[in-house]
Amino acid sequence: MTEPPLLDIRDLHLSMTSFDGEAHVLAGVNLSVRRNEVWGVVGETGCGKSLTGLSISRLVPSPPARYLGGKILFDGRDLLSLDEAGMRNLRGHRIGMIFQDPTTNLNPAFRIGEQLVDVALAADRRNPDILGVAARAGRRARRRAARDLAVRTLAEVGITDAAERIDAYPHEFSGGMRQRVLIAMALIGRPDLLIADEPTTALDVSVQSQILALLAGMVRDHAMGVILITHNLGVVAKACSHVAVMYAGVIVESGPVAAVLRKPSHPYTRALMSSIPTSGVRRGELKGLPGQVPNLIKPPRGCRFAPRCAQAAEACRAGPPRPVDIGGGHMAACLKPGPAAEAA
Amino acid sequence: MFLTIPVLLGLTVLVFAIGRLLPGDPVALAAGPNATPAEIAAYAREFGLDRPVWVQYTSYLTGLLGGNFGVSIFTRRPVIEDLIAYTPATLELVFAAMALAILIGIPAGLAAAVYRDRWPDYLSRVAALGAISMPRFFLGLLLQLAFAMWLGWLPLGGRFPLTDDPPRLVTGFLTVDALIAQDLSAFWTACRHLAMPAIAMSLSPLATIMRMMRASTLEVMQQDYVMTERALGLSQRLIVTKYVARNAISATLTVIGLYFGWLLGGTVLVETIFDWPGLGLYATKAVVTQDFMPVIGVTLVIGTLFVCANLLVDVLYGVINPKVRTE
Repeated sequence: MTEPPLLDIRDLHLSMTSFDGEAHVLAGVNLSVRRNEVWGVVGETGCGKSLTGLSISRLVPSPPARYLGGKILFDGRDLLSLDEAGMRNLRGHRIGMIFQDPTTNLNPAFRIGEQLVDVALAADRRNPDILGVAARAGRRARRRAARDLAVRTLAEVGITDAAERIDAYPHEFSGGMRQRVLIAMALIGRPDLLIADEPTTALDVSVQSQILALLAGMVRDHAMGVILITHNLGVVAKACSHVAVMYAGVIVESGPVAAVLRKPSHPYTRALMSSIPTSGVRRGELKGLPGQVPNLIKPPRGCRFAPRCAQAAEACRAGPPRPVDIGGGHMAACLKPGPAAEAA
Repeated sequence: MFLTIPVLLGLTVLVFAIGRLLPGDPVALAAGPNATPAEIAAYAREFGLDRPVWVQYTSYLTGLLGGNFGVSIFTRRPVIEDLIAYTPATLELVFAAMALAILIGIPAGLAAAVYRDRWPDYLSRVAALGAISMPRFFLGLLLQLAFAMWLGWLPLGGRFPLTDDPPRLVTGFLTVDALIAQDLSAFWTACRHLAMPAIAMSLSPLATIMRMMRASTLEVMQQDYVMTERALGLSQRLIVTKYVARNAISATLTVIGLYFGWLLGGTVLVETIFDWPGLGLYATKAVVTQDFMPVIGVTLVIGTLFVCANLLVDVLYGVINPKVRTE
């Protein structure tokens, strides 16, 4: 634990302007990721998990977005202070991204090889080790090397006959295969940090587990840090070493997967876990969470979960609770953290 | 594609019928003001115009199969010879106009979308609106006034000076023939004559292509794959000029195909103003004298070219969009 974190998000605040007003969509996000850690970021739709991922790559269009405060330290450098050119130096080659829908994230008009080669060439411009060709090598030699690397990377993500399939168009692949291609595209620049935004949500369950296993292998082989954004706690349990639970723009609980899932300490985490259907659940036993996600244009002054929380007290509504360490890096942003003291 | 034949057949019926329904007697017109009724009747007999209309029509159709487009009752020249002489001139004009429109319209539309709501966008949108609103004949007159009358840079009209020797006929396109003959001065002369009518014809397709390209570029830039391309470090320039452009062009292609046909039919005004010896000018003269064989011939040629243009667009779709190819 002596090594400084690869990524350190500190008290990140982000607002989005819409017709109705300015919504405070990220309200103090803290997250630090080290190499070889796989962080699952879970939460319901609109809780800010994707925005957090996009913020790291600075891909949130601004306007309408506005960073109100905080830092995103990557290798000690604050990404929020970089300009577009500075960010481009990191994208693909230091920070890779995978998005949700493999059917819409590959350009339909180009062979997959073409897209892979361009990503590899862009990464090679920042780190000549990627292609390993001499600096004075010509364009054609460079492209040939990039193509070889693309074939190797495709084979690495489990595409058989990569040497032939590289000349296929995206629509000639199945959904799972396309996601493998996208993973290859994200990995070809050998990034240190991989952000995967719901990479398995659009896939069949059987393909999901293949993709998760593939990602896990890639993390091991390349010693990457990973942020896996998902709304599926099952995916977290299967693929992650750490988890951060988000609610309404705040990370309410975080820590090693085993600790958090075994001893959920924030009422929202508990609510989230009790809403997972399992085979043993009988009709009427599955619990939902009453109430609605707060309006982020006028968020609650105190804890953002307080309006839906059964244990909320006056103090909870006074101001946002600070995250506290409840042991072994297990953090909960709750005034009364602890295993369910629920009046059952 | 198999609809082409019935469409063209229908065209011949229409033009044949309209030619006969129009008031006035084309034969009397052609025979001259001093012809006696007997001379007019003899003239009509010579061209087979004394027979019932349906007989004339079927004999015209059987002639078509053998490449016989009938004979002009005015000049007594076979229509096919005129068509062969005039079609390349019109095509050269239309190709030049479309080339201008595409070569300027597509980059301009792309730029307008990338610099959305900044000055390149405003500039091109205002220019496009102006270009669409301006009638072509009026623009043609303005160009003549400015470049031929005041500045004297370009010839007022025509295709090639009668006093000069045109390059040896190969394709019928003077510019191309001049290049084949390696006659640069003839090439320059041909270009100077081509410039104004081509510009006058190109402006409205240029404006439409630009606006279409702008709209489809904006749409493509919203696509998920553009986000992925940015997220993986590709430069904005590469994304726009390569990855976005090809997707955006495929939507613009439809407009290009339609405009090509529209320009073919729309050469009449421009050819008249610039005295360009093409199908439009030929058709105008024939319509005025009710010389219907050339009119039907021109209609058929333009109809066929229109169909070919659309076919070409369909093929290009496949080239640009691989998904269409396999479907």
